[in-house]
Amino acid sequence: MTLNELRPGACCILTDMTAEGALGQRLMDLGFCPGAEIEIVRNAPLVDPVELQLDGYHVSIRHNEAEYIRVEA
Amino acid sequence: MSSRNLLVALAGQPNSGKSTVFNLLTGARQHVANYPGVTVEKKTGSFGVKGTSVKLVDLPGTYSLTSYSLEERVARDFLLGDSPDVVIDVADASNLKRSLYLTLQLLEMEVPTVLGLNMMDVAERRGQRINTDKLQDILGIPVVPTKAKRGEGKDALKEAVYSLAGNAGPSFKIDYGKLEAYISELEELLVEDPVLSVLYPVRWFAIKLLEGDSETAELLKKTHPDAQSVLDRTDSCRQRFQDEDGNACERHIAFTRHASCAKVTRETVTLPTEKRRNLSDLADRYVCNRVLGPLILIAILFVLYEVSIVFGNWLALQAWPLWGALESFFADILPQAGFLNDPLLRSLGLWVVKSLTAILNYLPIFFLLFSLIAVLEDSGYMPRMAFILDRLFRRFGLHGQSTLPLILGGVYVGGCAIPGVMATKAIPDERARLATIMIVPMMNCLAKVPLYLILIGAYFPDVAGVAMFFIATVTLFMALPVAKILSITVLKKRPSAPFIMEMPPYHIPTITGVLRRAIERVWLFMKKIVTVVAAVAVVVFVLINYPGLTSSRTAYYEDMQDTAVAVFMKDVNKTEFKDVIRSHDVLPIILFGEALKNAKRKITDKNMSAAINEEFQAGNPIYYAVIKRVGKDAKKLNKSLKKVIQVRKKVRREARAERFETSFLGSMGKALEPVTQWAGFNWRINIALLSAFAAKENSAATLGSIYGIDGSDQSVQDSMKAGEIGFTSLHALALMLFMALYPPCVPTSIMVRSQTNSTSWMLFSIGYQTLLGLFVSSLVFTGATVLGLTGFQAMWAFYALCVLATLVMAMIPNPEERKAASAAIITPCKENCS
Repeated sequence: MTLNELRPGACCILTDMTAEGALGQRLMDLGFCPGAEIEIVRNAPLVDPVELQLDGYHVSIRHNEAEYIRVEA
Repeated sequence: MSSRNLLVALAGQPNSGKSTVFNLLTGARQHVANYPGVTVEKKTGSFGVKGTSVKLVDLPGTYSLTSYSLEERVARDFLLGDSPDVVIDVADASNLKRSLYLTLQLLEMEVPTVLGLNMMDVAERRGQRINTDKLQDILGIPVVPTKAKRGEGKDALKEAVYSLAGNAGPSFKIDYGKLEAYISELEELLVEDPVLSVLYPVRWFAIKLLEGDSETAELLKKTHPDAQSVLDRTDSCRQRFQDEDGNACERHIAFTRHASCAKVTRETVTLPTEKRRNLSDLADRYVCNRVLGPLILIAILFVLYEVSIVFGNWLALQAWPLWGALESFFADILPQAGFLNDPLLRSLGLWVVKSLTAILNYLPIFFLLFSLIAVLEDSGYMPRMAFILDRLFRRFGLHGQSTLPLILGGVYVGGCAIPGVMATKAIPDERARLATIMIVPMMNCLAKVPLYLILIGAYFPDVAGVAMFFIATVTLFMALPVAKILSITVLKKRPSAPFIMEMPPYHIPTITGVLRRAIERVWLFMKKIVTVVAAVAVVVFVLINYPGLTSSRTAYYEDMQDTAVAVFMKDVNKTEFKDVIRSHDVLPIILFGEALKNAKRKITDKNMSAAINEEFQAGNPIYYAVIKRVGKDAKKLNKSLKKVIQVRKKVRREARAERFETSFLGSMGKALEPVTQWAGFNWRINIALLSAFAAKENSAATLGSIYGIDGSDQSVQDSMKAGEIGFTSLHALALMLFMALYPPCVPTSIMVRSQTNSTSWMLFSIGYQTLLGLFVSSLVFTGATVLGLTGFQAMWAFYALCVLATLVMAMIPNPEERKAASAAIITPCKENCS
């Protein structure tokens, strides 16, 4: 499943990151790599974007960007 | 070693406390400029260590060193092109794993690196223990723990830089596993190029080529004699690796780098066993809450507005005497005024000084604004603001970070486009940033308000509050659709960046940090703006004063002047002043009176006032007698003099209005009448609007001089009403809307140029807003005339139209969304959207 299907509060492990180009590079630079543990912290008041916790820091990404991140619970 | 100076670069990821380290090392010795050719800020400073002078350059904060973002390219170009002696890499000790990602890339570039482990206090507070000795051993570079915020680690860092300078680069290498064979394959090809292998680290170059880095390929083409064959080989390597491994090279490289970081971290950092929620996390539960979040945001923006604009305006009023004193200082030292015409040096000099003080007047507001922005930035609230509002703004091609520029520009009433445009710097998405720059000048800046007040006072007196609400809020509903239209048309091709934004922990900003930043920005602003404003003031002066009056008209005014003087002289000859006061004394007497009045302005103390009187009396007892009506004859003469003064005022006013009308600007205003008549503007309004380009305050001032208010007690709105018989509230509405959409004033245009780094964008910004303004005001004026609506009805019809346009524009998908939708990879947002 992809990251944007999860609800806030859920935890998961990244299995694959399918984005390419600038988006892919940026995600990788921030540590979206296979094996990374991700916690969905909260959605923004208008639902998008979503805040995640990854490797001990917080990062927010848009839902359409989260689609490229494959995870398993 | 002490014979030469060192060049040191400061690298680090965002939110690692890099600028605190920079300030710690350099103190007040800083200089801010831009990197050549781009809008990225370049801070340089200096410090001394053991008799050696060190120049420190602050690189932009980046997570990585790819060529995808401007900041990363700038940082990389500096490291390669300027080859600093040492690089200080500031790492966030509390988040070592991620920080190492940049460190390892620096090591790959083989630059002598000192790792500054900053924010050790935070790491300790979170219960993390870092074995710095072991870290130093593994990486093979000096590691210096610092707590920059508390001022700890400064000397150790300087010491490490000093001892490392002149040493060879680091030897730490990431083992890329299966990719190593391909790296060696390319390395062999690259070493054949004698230039390239001296200029760049070969292994790094090979890795970058394998990553598919576009800039490195460009570098290769510049130096390598047979670049194409190397590129072909690169492609073949990339292809073969992907076939072998399944992953693309760049993914394998990034993943391996992360794995190395994780490995180093595992070996050196002891994490606390229990996971605790930190304070930031707790705060975010409220700050980013669905209900509370927006409320807190509004409250913060409200405070920002109240303090910087409302309080700042009050402060500006308090500071005005200072600028007023500057004006009168120049009025004193410049050549004296004439009866009808002033000497050129005087009128031009005063004009330039007035233009400068008009902008200097905003200094307190700018200072407060910049301080508050620094507080928001340092505290870590900015990303939260973007987080809360991103979805809303994205619908219009903007970005969550567009909020602040729009607020500063004056989303409600009162702001200033200059800091607004400056603040767009924080928007990481190029397309959204340009769209924001284009609409910030459409907000209601402080200088537009006087014209609104005049028009509302004159034509909407019964519904003044509602009319003000209309103009204050309609601008946003005009700006948002415009932003969307721009972003799906002219800006369509501009690169749009992914949103991905770190939400750093909250920090309490320090007073010195905030003040330093505010002063730095105010200073930068002054340097940029002041010279340009002075230059433009001269141009505008020429435009509104030349070609000047014809000789017959001059003679006409001179005749009026001579008659008045002759009458006065007749009265003189009837008194004891006969043969004492001659006709060439008339002007000096008038100026003497004005000087006395000026000297006593705002003086309430009786003794001081008497002292000034005495001084003037000693200066010229005869003039003094006439002005202060000492004796019977002087009283009589004073009455007669008052008539002359009135005539002088009248001829000066009329001559100025005529000069205005026949000036280049006046001719322009008249030439534009056929176009602007559809918006209801006659040439007088055109002149007022044209003069507002230098600074918007001018519109009200120009109307004032056109309708000739100076010298009389009438307010501008009354004299405008009296002067423009056929004007209705519809005319006023069209004019207000034009003013709202008015192109950016000269200082803002300069800022647009510097923020877009392009003159064409500046011209575009000026051009499209002028056309849009004309279109909207013509639409409203002509449309409402045809439909027979009153100004008030037209106002709300237009408001409804704008709100409708905003809603429609929100529905149109962005270019990316459309692409995504057509590729059918969008899965409808399911559970997560609740």
